[in-house]
Amino acid sequence: MAAATTLAPTLALKAIRKNFGVTEVIKGIDLTVGDGEFVVFVGPSGCGKSTLLRIIAGLEDATSGDIEIGGKTVNTTPPAKRGIAMVFQSYALYPHLTVKNNMALGLKQAKTPAPEIEARVAKASGMLSLDDYLDRRPAQLSGGQRQRVAIGRAIVREPTLFLFDEPLSNLDAALRVNTRLEIARLHRELKATMIYVTHDQVEAMTLADRIVVMNAGRIEQVGTPMELYNAPANLFVAGFIGSPQMNFVAADKLGMTGATTIGMRPEHLTISKDAGRWKASLVHVEHLGADTNLYFDTEAGPVTARAFGEVREAPGTELWLSADDRHIYRFDADGRAVAA
Amino acid sequence: MAGRSTQSPFRSIAAHAILLTYTVIALFPVFVVVVNSFKNRKGIFGDPLALPIGALWAPEGYAKVWLRGDFQLYFQNSLIVTVAALVLVLLFGAMAAFALSEYRFKGNTLMGLYLALGIMIPIRLGTVAILQIMVASGIVNTLWALILVYTAQGLPLSIFILSEFMRTVSDDLKNAGRIDGLSEYTIFFRLVLPLVRPALATVAVFTMIPIWNDLWFPLILAPAEGTKTVTLGAQMFLGQFQSEWDAVLAALTLAILPVLVLYLIFSRQLIRGITSGAVK
Repeated sequence: MAAATTLAPTLALKAIRKNFGVTEVIKGIDLTVGDGEFVVFVGPSGCGKSTLLRIIAGLEDATSGDIEIGGKTVNTTPPAKRGIAMVFQSYALYPHLTVKNNMALGLKQAKTPAPEIEARVAKASGMLSLDDYLDRRPAQLSGGQRQRVAIGRAIVREPTLFLFDEPLSNLDAALRVNTRLEIARLHRELKATMIYVTHDQVEAMTLADRIVVMNAGRIEQVGTPMELYNAPANLFVAGFIGSPQMNFVAADKLGMTGATTIGMRPEHLTISKDAGRWKASLVHVEHLGADTNLYFDTEAGPVTARAFGEVREAPGTELWLSADDRHIYRFDADGRAVAA
Repeated sequence: MAGRSTQSPFRSIAAHAILLTYTVIALFPVFVVVVNSFKNRKGIFGDPLALPIGALWAPEGYAKVWLRGDFQLYFQNSLIVTVAALVLVLLFGAMAAFALSEYRFKGNTLMGLYLALGIMIPIRLGTVAILQIMVASGIVNTLWALILVYTAQGLPLSIFILSEFMRTVSDDLKNAGRIDGLSEYTIFFRLVLPLVRPALATVAVFTMIPIWNDLWFPLILAPAEGTKTVTLGAQMFLGQFQSEWDAVLAALTLAILPVLVLYLIFSRQLIRGITSGAVK
């Protein structure tokens, strides 16, 4: 889980800062990524995650700090020489080249011998089931196929580090799940180190070995998906990971001490008609089939609960909510998590 | 016709009527020039609008153009000047536009404004200074004098239009090229230029026509026999006391042809350029 300490990490970021004019968008980032790790940067739009990825790729220069890839400092190395490959949200395929040439261009630029280019393209197209499309142009492909070509173009470079910039955002929901599985499979097969940027916490939870939660140019927390879910370090992470969002209520309204804010995940609340810790009146019900989202009004403010299966209660009903103590999160006045 | 169902026949007729009227008005001067080029002086002034048939048919103007003066050379000069200036305007305009839209550097906006300023200031205001420069550098009465002036004249609009278009080219595409190790020149020539082709065609048409039609600079900078352009060459039939209108009109009719060919080459791209924003 943690990066191997004996080997040099595949990627090391040291005190990275980035200013655009007077605005500081990256405010000092330290991070190491070990060999074969799948790390996801997640955060709301404008948090600096894409800028950080572009700094790693060398498409943007850091204002200060050091970037090391495979043990070498690459601060001034051009993107093509960093041993990276990148997959973009908009696919960014070369419109005038066939699928095959799209994949081969980078290798041709690097003066790779032709037979090796053939072999690598054939291997990648086999992995991505693109064999039938090698002579087509990007305009003749569907969105999912285009994204597979973009991934293929990254694979043939055999990079030290794969970078993904919101690769699924332009795909529709069904295709998104398929491509997500495909990326997970590739990570297993290639045993490659990957960094993946997304604003979608579901993608982060499902793909990552480790998640880096970013907000306003800083790292809020780094950890495995379940670490972040079970032990969020602060209000931001607690609210960002999990859907529906964690409920936050003021501690004094619940008569609790030793914390300023109390957090409870909707799926940890149990609903009862007769007894419980807090009284709540049902405002709205969403039936999702496998589970039900219930929206309540309580004395402490609005609260959401998620129940498994179907719940047949009409809006307006008075119900009782309760939660186990082990599922109650406490945060101090600064938003940091505190122990009970 | 399989038109859109929302369009009523009345609206369709009205639209066509308006467009046809405009076409007639716009083409009328061309029509008069072409028709009268096939008539002699008497025919032109006797009945300017009559078609050159029967007794009126007298293509003597073309014969005069062919015999008097070296019109082949004039055409060649016009073509060399127009095409050379066009190539330089498109090349340097696109390069400057790429730099302005792609790279962040100090004074980027100011530089853009400075380069676009020429749209608002007519280059003819600088004629005297230009002539002095050309005389000093010894290129008066060469085609280079014209090519350089026309390049300067065309660049501001070219940079202005192209930099707007270049901003619409996907950053991801350029970045993908950088990661694949393409040089900035390759990115510019192989990735960006093909994508702004409609804009290049638009700029080409707007640049080409004023250059082809210009009389001012050929008259001032290159009036020698060997460097005369078509428009200047046609002037020799216009005298203080007598003008040979049949020859003038024949020369002008001939002058329409090359520019028409160039226009047809660009027009397919141009239509794409005009509709590119409107139709996704």
